[in-house]
Amino acid sequence: MKKDIILAGVGGQGIISIAAIIGYAALEEGLFLKQSEVHGMSQRGGDVQSNLRISDKEIASDLIPFGKADLIISVEPLESLRYLPSLANNGWVITSTRPYNNIPDYPDLDLVMKEIGSLPHHIALDADAIAKDLGSTKSANIVILGAASPFLDIEYERLADAIRFIFRKKGEETIQVNLKALNAGREFANQNIPV
Amino acid sequence: MQKLLLLGDEAIAQGALDAGISGIYAYPGTPSTEITEFVQSSKQAFENKVRCSWSANEKTAMEAALGMSYAGKRAMVCMKHVGLNVAADPFINSAITGANGGLIIVAADDPSMHSSQNEQDSRVFGKFAMVPILEPSNQQEAYDMVHYGFWFSETYQIPVLMRITTRMAHSRSGVKRIGARKQNDLKLPEDLRQFVLLPVIAKRRYRKLLSEQVKYAQESEKSVFNKYIDGPDKSRGIVVCGIGYNYLMENYPDRIVPNPILKIGQYPLPSKMVEKIASECDELLVLEDGYPVVEEMLKGFLGRGISVRGRLDGTVPRDGELNPNIVAVALGLPDTRGIDVPSLMVNRPPSLCIGCPHIDSFRAVKEVIADLPKGGVFSDIGCYTLGALKPYEAINSCVDMGASITMAKGAADAGLFPSIAVIGDSTFTHSGMTGLLDAVNDKSPITVLILDNQTTAMTGGQTSPALGRIEDICKGVGVEEAHIRVLKPLRKNHEENMKIIREELDYPGVSVIIPRRECIVTIDKRMREKFKKS
Repeated sequence: MKKDIILAGVGGQGIISIAAIIGYAALEEGLFLKQSEVHGMSQRGGDVQSNLRISDKEIASDLIPFGKADLIISVEPLESLRYLPSLANNGWVITSTRPYNNIPDYPDLDLVMKEIGSLPHHIALDADAIAKDLGSTKSANIVILGAASPFLDIEYERLADAIRFIFRKKGEETIQVNLKALNAGREFANQNIPV
Repeated sequence: MQKLLLLGDEAIAQGALDAGISGIYAYPGTPSTEITEFVQSSKQAFENKVRCSWSANEKTAMEAALGMSYAGKRAMVCMKHVGLNVAADPFINSAITGANGGLIIVAADDPSMHSSQNEQDSRVFGKFAMVPILEPSNQQEAYDMVHYGFWFSETYQIPVLMRITTRMAHSRSGVKRIGARKQNDLKLPEDLRQFVLLPVIAKRRYRKLLSEQVKYAQESEKSVFNKYIDGPDKSRGIVVCGIGYNYLMENYPDRIVPNPILKIGQYPLPSKMVEKIASECDELLVLEDGYPVVEEMLKGFLGRGISVRGRLDGTVPRDGELNPNIVAVALGLPDTRGIDVPSLMVNRPPSLCIGCPHIDSFRAVKEVIADLPKGGVFSDIGCYTLGALKPYEAINSCVDMGASITMAKGAADAGLFPSIAVIGDSTFTHSGMTGLLDAVNDKSPITVLILDNQTTAMTGGQTSPALGRIEDICKGVGVEEAHIRVLKPLRKNHEENMKIIREELDYPGVSVIIPRRECIVTIDKRMREKFKKS
């Protein structure tokens, strides 16, 4: 078992939380893990990514080689395209369709969506809208995690446990809304994975 | 013991705690910040009363750590690579004084300049000071090396430099702890003049440092961090340093490399191992993150003898950090790059947060100087450096901590008007105060804006050593009280703030304007914590 995952987004969108949840679940499964994070300047609204590698064998590099990522999980549509050279031929892109527009020259969103649409394996969903329906706009990142969950080779319950653990200090309400967000994302993916 | 999932930085911190440090000294700087932060939030550190608050700058941190070592206790000092420039004087001289209690200096380099002004390689500094250097390839090694480094430091009475890179610092992996050791008792050096670097003593100490080099090399030779791994294909030997080893192994899924490998984690270089790989192989490939330090050593000045490939001959790019693909290409393996990034892609540079007080300060300064000659705004290191980018484009320099004030002074001395310095609160107490004294003594016509957001913001909101002290410092340095002006950078105060800036620009001496409003990220964090407690 080996999953090489690139998490993509804009500084402050919560990709480190996604990494922490997958990481916790992977450790509980007894897997090896390496995770490279971005700290410092880029966290101020710049593009950020995290390389998350999980495997049942020891992992060498902290960085995923080009063309080897199994998944790109992005909380922002433009950012889902930034790391395509890292994606394997049969890799999947799971992305939110909600743009984070903090730059003057953000490309035409229709063109961005067209590029995502042209990828052979992708799931695109408006995670913010789904999260809002559940009553917590902050959980959009967990909706995206839910949409990626069928591709992770980690048991769903492990991820749910990881959410319970990561958000344990934030109270039962936060845990419940994030569990709902995880489930909603997963349902969307299951209904939209092309056969 | 159970494995912990730790950043490289955190592994170093945990290693230091388990090795029995009595104090850690640091000024925040990416990618080194999390070492000290880990200690600050550690229960183990709290229970053992490990000293861990932030220092004013890297030089004061280095000197305090040396003082703790003098007193016989173990100390660690951490900084980013350019911080070692600031601490260079005590660092280089600490090799001459030697250590008493174990002393480790951690320098975190930033190849590819993710968050820095340059990509200088701290191994050069280590070699310059002639101290042993440790360079981990993974988080476990980082942890283990701290234990070893303290042992080395106390055994040979020498400070040890630990060099990491951004990728090592900010990557997480499993780390297994070994038991925790008690702190040292107070114990002065046997010779109470050991640290007195008068020429007569310094000469003796320096000769000792020179004569000990051979012993350091012998330790390198038998170190577990330096390994010779044989391989059948002798057409090329691979010398690989630190984290480069991981990228090399990544290219061989079964982890079997056909060529002999010399894995380096400790310097000075193990000369016997180097001779072995050089004599057995037709050529050498050097893989190292940062400068071609080892490559230059192996190549020599004339470049005669065995062919050495690496960054100098273009086998590996001359700048930027290594990655598995760069290493693959250097090895002659295929590049596995996937599909291209679509042409519509644009850059998304970092930017000031919405509501950031710096935005209001820049807006006021820009409007005030709109009709004056351009090019006279000297700035510094911090979030406000982002004022160089669109839409502000408000500053003309960013060189090193504190340079805004002194460069503004020099430009004013040359006759440039206006000559404005824009510096943050924490950067001001780091290295701006002495420059302000120079300006006061020279009555240089400069206007210094100390943007006081009451925190060290760029590195994540650490306590600023300047907190609550700026006016007093300025007064103490000799700035006239009438020309120390505090304002609140808010949109509603725009006209009034511009008026104050205008008045001070008209004053032909040193004036200090302090736009003071707390960083919005820090407020947010503070409020959330308050809410959590209540």
